[in-house]
Amino acid sequence: MILAVDPVPWARAQMAFTLGVHIILVPLGVAWAFMILVAERKAMKHGDADARLLARRWSKVLAVTFAVGAVTGTVLTFEFGLLWPRFMGRFGDAFGIPFAIEGLFFFLEAIFLAIYIYGWDRLSPRAHWWSGVPIVVSGIGGTASVIAANAWMNQPAGFRLNAAGKVVHVDAMKVIFNRAFPYETAHMLVAAYLVGGFLIASVYAVAMLRGRRDRYHRLGFLIPFTIAAIAAPVQMVVGDFVARAVFHDDPTKFAAIELVSKTGTHVPETLGGYLDARGRLHAGIRIPDAASLLSGYSTSTKVQGLRAVPARDRPTFAQVNTVHLAWDLMIGLGSALALLSVWFGVTWWRRRDLPRTVWFLRAAAVSGVASVAALEAGWVVTEVGRQPWIVHGFMRVPQGATTNSGVWVTFLVVVGVYLAVGVVTVLVLRSMARRWRAGFDISGPYSPDPPMGPS
Amino acid sequence: MNLADLVAVVLFGAITVYAIFGGADFGAGFWDLFAGGAERGARPRALIEHAIGPVWEANHVWLIFVLVVLWTAFAQTFASIMLTLFVPLSIAALGIVLRGAGFAFRKVVPEVSEQRVFGVAFAVSSVIVPYCLGAVVGGIVSGRVPKGGQAGDSWSSWINGSSIVGGLLAVTVCAYLAAVFLACDAHRLGESDLVGYFRRRAVGAATTAGVLALVGYFVMAEDAVHLHRHLTDRALPLVIASTVCGVVALTLLLRDSVRPARVFAVGAVATVVWGWGVAQWPYLLPTSMTIEHGAAPDGTLIALVVVTVIAAVVIVPSLGLLYVLDQRNSLELGQARAPSITTEN
Repeated sequence: MILAVDPVPWARAQMAFTLGVHIILVPLGVAWAFMILVAERKAMKHGDADARLLARRWSKVLAVTFAVGAVTGTVLTFEFGLLWPRFMGRFGDAFGIPFAIEGLFFFLEAIFLAIYIYGWDRLSPRAHWWSGVPIVVSGIGGTASVIAANAWMNQPAGFRLNAAGKVVHVDAMKVIFNRAFPYETAHMLVAAYLVGGFLIASVYAVAMLRGRRDRYHRLGFLIPFTIAAIAAPVQMVVGDFVARAVFHDDPTKFAAIELVSKTGTHVPETLGGYLDARGRLHAGIRIPDAASLLSGYSTSTKVQGLRAVPARDRPTFAQVNTVHLAWDLMIGLGSALALLSVWFGVTWWRRRDLPRTVWFLRAAAVSGVASVAALEAGWVVTEVGRQPWIVHGFMRVPQGATTNSGVWVTFLVVVGVYLAVGVVTVLVLRSMARRWRAGFDISGPYSPDPPMGPS
Repeated sequence: MNLADLVAVVLFGAITVYAIFGGADFGAGFWDLFAGGAERGARPRALIEHAIGPVWEANHVWLIFVLVVLWTAFAQTFASIMLTLFVPLSIAALGIVLRGAGFAFRKVVPEVSEQRVFGVAFAVSSVIVPYCLGAVVGGIVSGRVPKGGQAGDSWSSWINGSSIVGGLLAVTVCAYLAAVFLACDAHRLGESDLVGYFRRRAVGAATTAGVLALVGYFVMAEDAVHLHRHLTDRALPLVIASTVCGVVALTLLLRDSVRPARVFAVGAVATVVWGWGVAQWPYLLPTSMTIEHGAAPDGTLIALVVVTVIAAVVIVPSLGLLYVLDQRNSLELGQARAPSITTEN
């Protein structure tokens, strides 16, 4: 009835695409609630009307992005079964546990977000503010839970297989607190605040570039940008720690990151460059000894090369190039964002103001897109770098995939629907901003708010 | 009762809650779809919007919880279901996206024409998703999903008598619950004409559901033998309880006592879901895979029980708080207003 096509590449593409979309909404869900609470607290303490208006409007936009995030997250839940049923069938006993905990956090998040958004003017200011706190907590907990599951795919633990390969014993604590859990979680949480901060600040940077430099826009820039500017340098430290942990825990991934073909000492750090079909390095700038130095604090640190592992158990050279390129992109953008943060920090420390040059705002205006690109790149590093495994060392991706040959159809439909939803989300948010600028409140029949009238 | 049975009870509990609260949200979309043009449907739509706006996301999480418990506790069975019923489940997943996005967007766009587009996306998918989920249940109870992480037939597994009845019944039950809930909300908000509006629809949906249940009974006699047999023996008390609740709810609705009717409507639906569970016991997949054989190792099941206890201690009171605030009008406008005028104040 439907053209039969090998489902594996399509399942891969669909999972990558839907995760790639969802991951953009994650920083908003996780970090924005925190920023809203910062603004609302400012409003409560100092009677700051601008801060209050910001908190109110942000919470309305968050309601929209959270809804889109909730439904795209639901698709991922379905996809674990629809695309990877044989993976779930064999390892769901262990892999599923962190998701059960994530379910609790998702519940809390949805419940208190509703109370918060619909509770403006209905709850006392204190009660309203406190109703936002569980959103922040559950954003952090939910992220940690999902990352625990991803970390488990990289460093599987807490289960025993019988001779037939069936999971026969599970230790839930060891599943959750696997080796990669602490560093992957720290990295993603900081990333959520970093990306969320830059993304929201960039909207206000654009507005300021267009001449809207009133206190309202300035505050809308400063709250998220300050949070991002704290997160960016912290991420440099965390990232450095993560790289060393990957060096110890997953030498193959590390070799892909560093483009190391043959095991050796005094390994250079290669910027750019690629491996050809035979694994030889071309192009790129080499910093002598740097990879060895960074991974083991000594130029004579031995770095395991890709060839130490049989070809069928490691990423292909094309995948290695993807990992390396994504790594370079993440590091490059991350460093640039950290520099931008330092620039802001030093200027603020010296004269309590933004850098005066328009170039600062221009840089801040692209920081949102740049941070999203860094986030996506980092995710490519961890996922492509695990290939060909879905559960590292235990199950290969094709072994976990569905056998339904119609996946190419769902892939095309999903891409179509997501593009439409993505475009409409952006259009709707822009139209909300336009109406706010024109002095109207978004209240109407469906809004939780009483009308405020032109301001 | 062993650990596996306990987790199966948790799973069914979550399915029940989802059927009631998530179901009512889907049903609200059903009535939104059939509320007529922008002008005529304005007030019922505004009421629907107010009723489900604050709660639908929280109610939706029960579905995630059901899927997660299923794949963690009964992984192979989950794999079989997802492999076999790939088509309706894919449609359901996409429907959920369109529904949530449509609902969220409709709230914030200014033009009636835009509201209409998003409203249609929301309302149409609110009918398709429960149909698909009901059809999936039909495929499972009629034994069309093979055990052991194997794929059954991609088409006949959900295009068959049990699935069609299951799908239609799911849509009808959702519409029924929604109409009863909306009549109560209208009553609470003092919109007396809307009380009558939804009361009439509740009576219509209840009657349809009753007829469909009867049709289902005869379809299952041939098509879902195991379930049919046990619905008439060990699950019979639940079937009777459901019928009694349904009749009482109907009587109360006809007498205009919408608030007490709500309790019995919920009872009627909850007992049906439990009737299904009791009749299907001890099978996950009738009649090839039992709960005991399909269950995960004890370490996993204990983790799920712990999560359930935390949910009972933390989530249930939080949900309660949300519902109480909602019902006290602490979370919305005092009355439903006509839509379409959003930028003028």
